[in-house]
Amino acid sequence: MTAATATRTPAPAGPVRGGNALAGTRTLIRFNLRRDRVRGPIWILALFLGTLAATNEYTTLYADPEDRASVVATLDSPAGLAMTGPRHYLDDYTFGAMLGHQTLGFMAVLVGLMSVLTVTRHTRGEEETDRAELVRSTVVGRHAHLAAALCVAVLANLLLAALLTAGLPALGLDGIDAGGSLLYGCAYAAIGVAFAGVAAVTAQIASGTRAAGGTALAVIGVAYVLRAAGDAGSNDALSWLSPIGWIQRTYPYVDNRWWPLGPCLLLAVLAGAAGFVLSTRRDVGAGLKASKPGSPTASAALTRPFGFALRLHRGMLTGFGAGLLLMGAMYGSILGDAEDMLQNIDQLQEALDKIGGADVAESFASMVMVVIAVVAAVYVVMAALRPRTEELAGRAEPLLATGLSRTRWVASHLAVTVLGGTVLLALAGLGFGLAGAAAASDAMLIPELVGAALAYAPALWVTAGVAVALFGRLPRASAAAWAVPVYAFLVGYLGELLQFPSWMSNISPFGHVPQLPAADLDWTPLLVLTLIAAALFHLGLTGFRRRDLETK
Amino acid sequence: MTKAITVAGLHKTFGRTRALDGLDLDVDTGEVHGFLGPNGAGKSTTIRVLLGLLRADSGAAQLLGKDPWHQAVELHRRLAYVPGDVELWPTLTGGEAIDLLSRLRGGVDTRRRDELVERFDLDPTKKGRAYSKGNRQKVAIVAALASDAELLLLDEPTAGLDPLMEVVFQDVILEAKAAGRTVLLSSHILAQVEKLCDRVSIVRLGRTVQSGTLSEMRHLTRTTVEAETERPADGLADLPGVHGLRVDNGRAHFAVDGAHLDAAVRALSGLGIRGLVSHPPTLEELMLRHYGDELSANGHESTGTGVTPGDRSGDRTGEQPSEAAR
Repeated sequence: MTAATATRTPAPAGPVRGGNALAGTRTLIRFNLRRDRVRGPIWILALFLGTLAATNEYTTLYADPEDRASVVATLDSPAGLAMTGPRHYLDDYTFGAMLGHQTLGFMAVLVGLMSVLTVTRHTRGEEETDRAELVRSTVVGRHAHLAAALCVAVLANLLLAALLTAGLPALGLDGIDAGGSLLYGCAYAAIGVAFAGVAAVTAQIASGTRAAGGTALAVIGVAYVLRAAGDAGSNDALSWLSPIGWIQRTYPYVDNRWWPLGPCLLLAVLAGAAGFVLSTRRDVGAGLKASKPGSPTASAALTRPFGFALRLHRGMLTGFGAGLLLMGAMYGSILGDAEDMLQNIDQLQEALDKIGGADVAESFASMVMVVIAVVAAVYVVMAALRPRTEELAGRAEPLLATGLSRTRWVASHLAVTVLGGTVLLALAGLGFGLAGAAAASDAMLIPELVGAALAYAPALWVTAGVAVALFGRLPRASAAAWAVPVYAFLVGYLGELLQFPSWMSNISPFGHVPQLPAADLDWTPLLVLTLIAAALFHLGLTGFRRRDLETK
Repeated sequence: MTKAITVAGLHKTFGRTRALDGLDLDVDTGEVHGFLGPNGAGKSTTIRVLLGLLRADSGAAQLLGKDPWHQAVELHRRLAYVPGDVELWPTLTGGEAIDLLSRLRGGVDTRRRDELVERFDLDPTKKGRAYSKGNRQKVAIVAALASDAELLLLDEPTAGLDPLMEVVFQDVILEAKAAGRTVLLSSHILAQVEKLCDRVSIVRLGRTVQSGTLSEMRHLTRTTVEAETERPADGLADLPGVHGLRVDNGRAHFAVDGAHLDAAVRALSGLGIRGLVSHPPTLEELMLRHYGDELSANGHESTGTGVTPGDRSGDRTGEQPSEAAR
């Protein structure tokens, strides 16, 4: 097959055909950059500033050599290594080594996410809206869309690498030098480009945009789990199977090894090339994997408003549920070590003292609950804004022309949101509790931690209420509902560390939740939050009943 | 006869755009009513007001004797709607979408649904994202017709259908009419309107410019006459109501206003008629008459007369108006 192709493409035809297949790529790159002019910079800046902020935090958290020694002792356990990176970093734990050890693995997932979303959006996402068809009918080659999408992803990753290379040494921290920063930035770029290549392949195989993105994210997840298992155990070979393991083994600031980036780039090139080859075997708008025929009739549950809403939310709810269960379990597994890990770190200790609680483990659990609640709030905002998505896509119109009233339609989505968010909290608490109980051999932790997570439910309902009220009253400002989880994270998580004034946390609904299990259960704020949520629901539902439906 | 839809003086603005500017519409129970007008004339906006999806700024609208905004849900159980631009849920199959929409309306007649799926040659197992525009349209049509709604609101329902499916659609609508249902059919396909509709309303810039049966409208418009006479027919040009007379080889072509047709034919018979063909104005010509000034603004030469000289035959309405405009 390959031989035949090779003989059939003699030299003279080659450049012409290649040129044709890529015709219009440059225009498409400019077009993609124009479309990403907000999203792209936000991603890059968030990753860059997030890294800088984490690095800067080290100076306050681990100022003394004793602090560093104690964190080394804590991280030098299977759970600690699974959450960070290979043990070799611990040998001389300078700020640079910390940066490479603690951030590379985690940030690789985020950089990969950025690349995957960029590639799938500009390939299958375009095809799904039929816009690509229109563009492809002009003088645009068959490979131009994929080539342009990959170029934009590479560009974004290079930009991020450049920012890190310039920005990190500027912090002036001990052990964070220019050479290591260059490698550190390039490691980000290499893993981002590798996962962009993976997305180029899944975009050809999967049946739709979401499936393409989901498959690529699953690959990232597997890569992360492989390296976690390899680093935690004695079997280094597992880590070597993972691209994330490769970049962690460049040991920036420690050994400054460049060669592990080689396999990463090789993977990017091979996967990208496979994407181009596979793309010639599929039709525009369809994947190699044909979409399976579904049921010709609807089940009884689907034709009830609630069942239908649940069907639309199903995928996202399952994803968040699995993620939060795992996240809870990861935190739970280090609950036993938390005591040793945290008590020698003055800054954290201070923050935890403010929360109160019988011991460090309880205080630690209370802090984890904030993170869990914020992640659940992200789901709640996405779910509560689903009616807005449906409205803008023109799918609300035929539904609301049936016997389904506006109120019931929004209320069914809201019910899924509220129940779904609550279930997510319970799942995260359960994962946290199960793993924690196993680690600390204390079965009572399970109900205690599930209860502590559920205490955040009223705050989640208020979040859903804000989204629905905006949808009903100020539909064009619906996206402002995102301010709630973002603010809650800034104040609830960083506020404890950076000691924000208390009025700042009073604005956030999450600031009023009693911080179980460290604090005592107080029902008053929970009841007040529930009432506020109910009032916001009412505001949103009545508002939507009175306004025009936005139609195309 | 009772009215299924009465609309009077409807106004609706979106920001600075005036979508409806005092629109009137009357649809009798049991009739198929054509709703005609160029893009942006306000047809879809009117239908959305009738569905209670948009709230009119002023004016009166009643559907089956009820208020479309305040009694929307009650009304929706008795009507079915096919949007002009059908969007489906990407992960739901066409069959699921049909069941969903018709059961939310109040019940699905599965036998009728299966029969319609068969007649429209629709694969109900495909996912929403895999359907072409025409197939998405079929899903909405089947969902609307599988229920026993009294009133059908159809907004350019066949814009993406092929000619074979167009025939099926026309059969299905005629069956619905025979079953006593009322249909409001917004359409650009004039042949479809001529075949199906009892009465039509023509709208323009958010206002109704003409409404009535096709024969009434034809009467108000010019008829095309083509006659072969023994003696030259040059004198006809002086008769009132005769336009665009052209005589070559003893054949006269002209258009004459409905009110002066009789006088023109008398004058012709005085000249000794050897052959006579007369065409009623086609719907296309009616439309062009109303939009003639727009055409001239766009650089088209035949302005205002609404009737193009005599070599047109009556059955050419299938042509798109845009084609004539070019």
